[in-house]
Amino acid sequence: MRVTLTVNGEQRTADDVWPGESLLFTLRERLGLPGTKNACEQGECGSCTVLLDGLPVCACLVAAGQAQGRTVVTVEGIARYPGSIAARNERGADGAAPTAATADGSTLHPVQEAFVAAGAVQCGFCTPGLVVAVVDLLRTRPHPTDSEIREALAGNLCRCTGYEKILDAVHLAAQRLAAAGPDAS
Amino acid sequence: MTTQAPSPVGSATPARTPGGIGESPARPDGTLKVTGQFAYSSDLWLDEALFGVTLRSPHARACITGIDIAKALAVPGVHAVLTHEDVPGLPYYGLDHPDQPVLAIDEVRYQGEPVAILAATDPHTARRALSLIEVTYDVLPPVTDARRAVFDPSIDRVHPDGNVVRHQPVRVGSADEVTADVVVVGEYEVGMQDQAFLGPESGLAVPAENGGVDLYIATQWLHVDRGQIARCLDLPEEKVRLTLAGVGGAFGAREDLSMQVHACMLALHTGKPVRMSYDRAESFLGHVHRHPAWLRYEHGATRDGKLVYVKATIVLDGGAYTSTTPAVVGNAASLGVGPYEVPHIAIDVYGARTNNPPCGAMRGFGAVQVCYAYESQMDALAAELGLSPVEIRIRNAVSQGSKLATGQVIDSPAPLADMLRRVASLPLPPSTVDSSGDLPGGYGNTTRGEGVRRGVGYGVGIKNICFSEGFDDYATARVRLAVVGGEPVVTVHTAAAEVGQGLVTLQQQIVRTELGVSTVLLQPADTTIGSAGSSSASRQSYMTGGAVKAACEAVRTRVAQRLGHSTVELVGGKVLAGDTIVDLAAAVGDEPIEETVVFRHRPTVPMDPVTGQGDSHVQLALCVHRAVVDVDVELGLVKVVELAAVQDVGRVMNRVALEGQIHGGSAQGLGLALMEEIQVVDGLVRNPSFTDYLIPTILDVPPMPLTILEHPDPHAPYGLRGAGEPPTLSSTPAIAAAVRAATGLRLRRVPIRPEHITHPT
Ligand code: FES
Ligand code: FES
Repeated sequence: MRVTLTVNGEQRTADDVWPGESLLFTLRERLGLPGTKNACEQGECGSCTVLLDGLPVCACLVAAGQAQGRTVVTVEGIARYPGSIAARNERGADGAAPTAATADGSTLHPVQEAFVAAGAVQCGFCTPGLVVAVVDLLRTRPHPTDSEIREALAGNLCRCTGYEKILDAVHLAAQRLAAAGPDAS
Repeated sequence: MTTQAPSPVGSATPARTPGGIGESPARPDGTLKVTGQFAYSSDLWLDEALFGVTLRSPHARACITGIDIAKALAVPGVHAVLTHEDVPGLPYYGLDHPDQPVLAIDEVRYQGEPVAILAATDPHTARRALSLIEVTYDVLPPVTDARRAVFDPSIDRVHPDGNVVRHQPVRVGSADEVTADVVVVGEYEVGMQDQAFLGPESGLAVPAENGGVDLYIATQWLHVDRGQIARCLDLPEEKVRLTLAGVGGAFGAREDLSMQVHACMLALHTGKPVRMSYDRAESFLGHVHRHPAWLRYEHGATRDGKLVYVKATIVLDGGAYTSTTPAVVGNAASLGVGPYEVPHIAIDVYGARTNNPPCGAMRGFGAVQVCYAYESQMDALAAELGLSPVEIRIRNAVSQGSKLATGQVIDSPAPLADMLRRVASLPLPPSTVDSSGDLPGGYGNTTRGEGVRRGVGYGVGIKNICFSEGFDDYATARVRLAVVGGEPVVTVHTAAAEVGQGLVTLQQQIVRTELGVSTVLLQPADTTIGSAGSSSASRQSYMTGGAVKAACEAVRTRVAQRLGHSTVELVGGKVLAGDTIVDLAAAVGDEPIEETVVFRHRPTVPMDPVTGQGDSHVQLALCVHRAVVDVDVELGLVKVVELAAVQDVGRVMNRVALEGQIHGGSAQGLGLALMEEIQVVDGLVRNPSFTDYLIPTILDVPPMPLTILEHPDPHAPYGLRGAGEPPTLSSTPAIAAAVRAATGLRLRRVPIRPEHITHPT
């Protein structure tokens, strides 16, 4: 079957999609977007987290067919299309934040910067999923407590860091986003 | 040579190049990793690449009576189906000795043993066709009890040469004759832990024009992979070229081969690139695990708490093939009494062969299992004597000048007593929980916490750093200093595997410190340069770090020679030669300086096969933990409230990366204490998924305050001490002790399961 969807602001079409094929497989194998990681294919690790119409989902649990006509943002596009409350509510055409703050594709999202700066990245296999999950967390809770962070990221496994630096990175990102002003999403 | 002497640029001492040793510069691969651009081994892609899959044995032990590949081969899109008959060279591989078949030959010895491999145009077709391969088995009763495998002469042999891979005794003094005021005896068990890295076994093999093969692979040691692959493919090593692809964690599980030979065989057979990538269930079957262990200890002490003797019998279940079991046995034996002074010792460690999943390297490597047992014994002894757990450890603690069980004298700082005092004096976390989410079991706990008891426990561990027992352990580094666009630039080439630990950052830091150049490029790790040794045994900071440092020193000497000096200092892009300062760029000019250096640590010797004596270790590292837990004694649930560590690292090279290693190692120890176990029943793995094999989530791991001490090791580069493994040792017994303190139970097995608390035996 053919699936057409908007990925990172671009309309994309995947052909020969198998029935039951996951969105994760389609992104990685058919659309040339291997940034989203596959570490379990069972919804247990969060490595495959993407935004589907602005909401975080495990791409391994979403059938590609379910994404027909919808908007997906992956780690590759999160700096440019971090989404926003408005985009989520209105299901804006590309889910893009109506802000120029990250319009330059080479710019990192503050969450991405914070992950590097805080040492939250070791092997980095969990990182794409965590970055997407944290962007979403900080959109709804700009100043999360440790417990709120733990609650929000309980579905994202990391085997390397013991999570301490990930907590640091989330707090650092929250500070940087607050400093950047309300539009930075 | 540069024709003209570079002119002096002044005499003020230039500023130090930022980002050197002791700082915490950002990882060079950080941006790629946070943007999804970093190419892991499972992300590699070539348009014409086939996808390879593996058919595995469903039985723990069986004879293969027939393999019919015809139906699978007939599926459109299938390019090859191969069995052991298609292995071009030696049909076995193995790190210690080659006893593991590339593809099963007539017999399977564990569930998950590869039997056939297949390549097809895409993963869907490949998996569908794989299910059409017909293998008939004559199922045999598996040998699954490691103790019986070792001690019961009537039991079947898993291999013709028997079921004991290595027996290593340690004998000091006369343990069988001395008596003690107080004796404690305990039998302990450690479950089978999995490394559970997130990035699956994967890679891309590309046939080369010269009849060889190029393999892009996630591994811990390119050169040892290459040697094994070349023998199996019957190719000279130079025709097997390996390049490190992005590694999604390792923790020991990538020391043995997984899909390497398979992918190369399929690529050579089809003449097309072949990629392979395991799914999670296959990954659980496709790599070695931590040896499960049975340990019986007897400790004798005087009334005032000084150890008189330790006797121990330890059986490590190595599963179906040898892997690194001999070295794991060596560690368990040499470190079997822990970092304590013991006058009389009798230890016997056995590495068993069974039809259980093969076991080999995992972070801590044989030192983890014994640490849990000897620390449990120290607590039992303390209770018997009415001493505090900290006090009994201090009274027996090693220090510089102490002898290990092997007779080896610790010849660098080992401030264990001080570390224990420090960890004991740290403030305790508040005793009440502020929200129901903080109760054991989190929001799933429907009580008001009536059954919750708090406990505090301590653990101490000692780990050898680098390869031991006479292994020729070395690392190679090439450093090239050139001028690009008027600026000095250094390029470093090693074959060292970056597995997440931050070795890439450290190499840049060393160059900045040694050569005063801020732009440091790293060439991809591959086999066109000499071996770097394994990214294991906490050894790469020491070994590849040492090699890069030595190569920088050689380059610096060449700079000095050019300027007619015997030594110079290189700082901030300048050369300090005597009283003059010149630009480094000018000194290098258009003639780059390149040096390749092979670095070795000091030699070690094998343990004596009868007494276990000998200077078998290069370096030893200590870590101490204090765990605070809340246990709901009615529900059997445990919440670790805090896990504090004190570790001596010799010298802090990169604090952020170091803390990440200690945190990550501590968390894996927490997993072993409370949740992580591969459940094997009759040789069959019951929980090969992240649904059923639980690793700690961010809700399970508590705050982990660290106290990092720096007592330099005079034998090591920069005085550093390997740091990645020690915290994995001590965290497990500290948590187990805290749960015992909260419950009053003996708890002789890890992981501790809820039923061990609610229905103790
Ligand atoms: S790959 Fe989707 S949750 Fe693990
Ligand atoms: S950094 Fe390796 S899994 Fe998180």
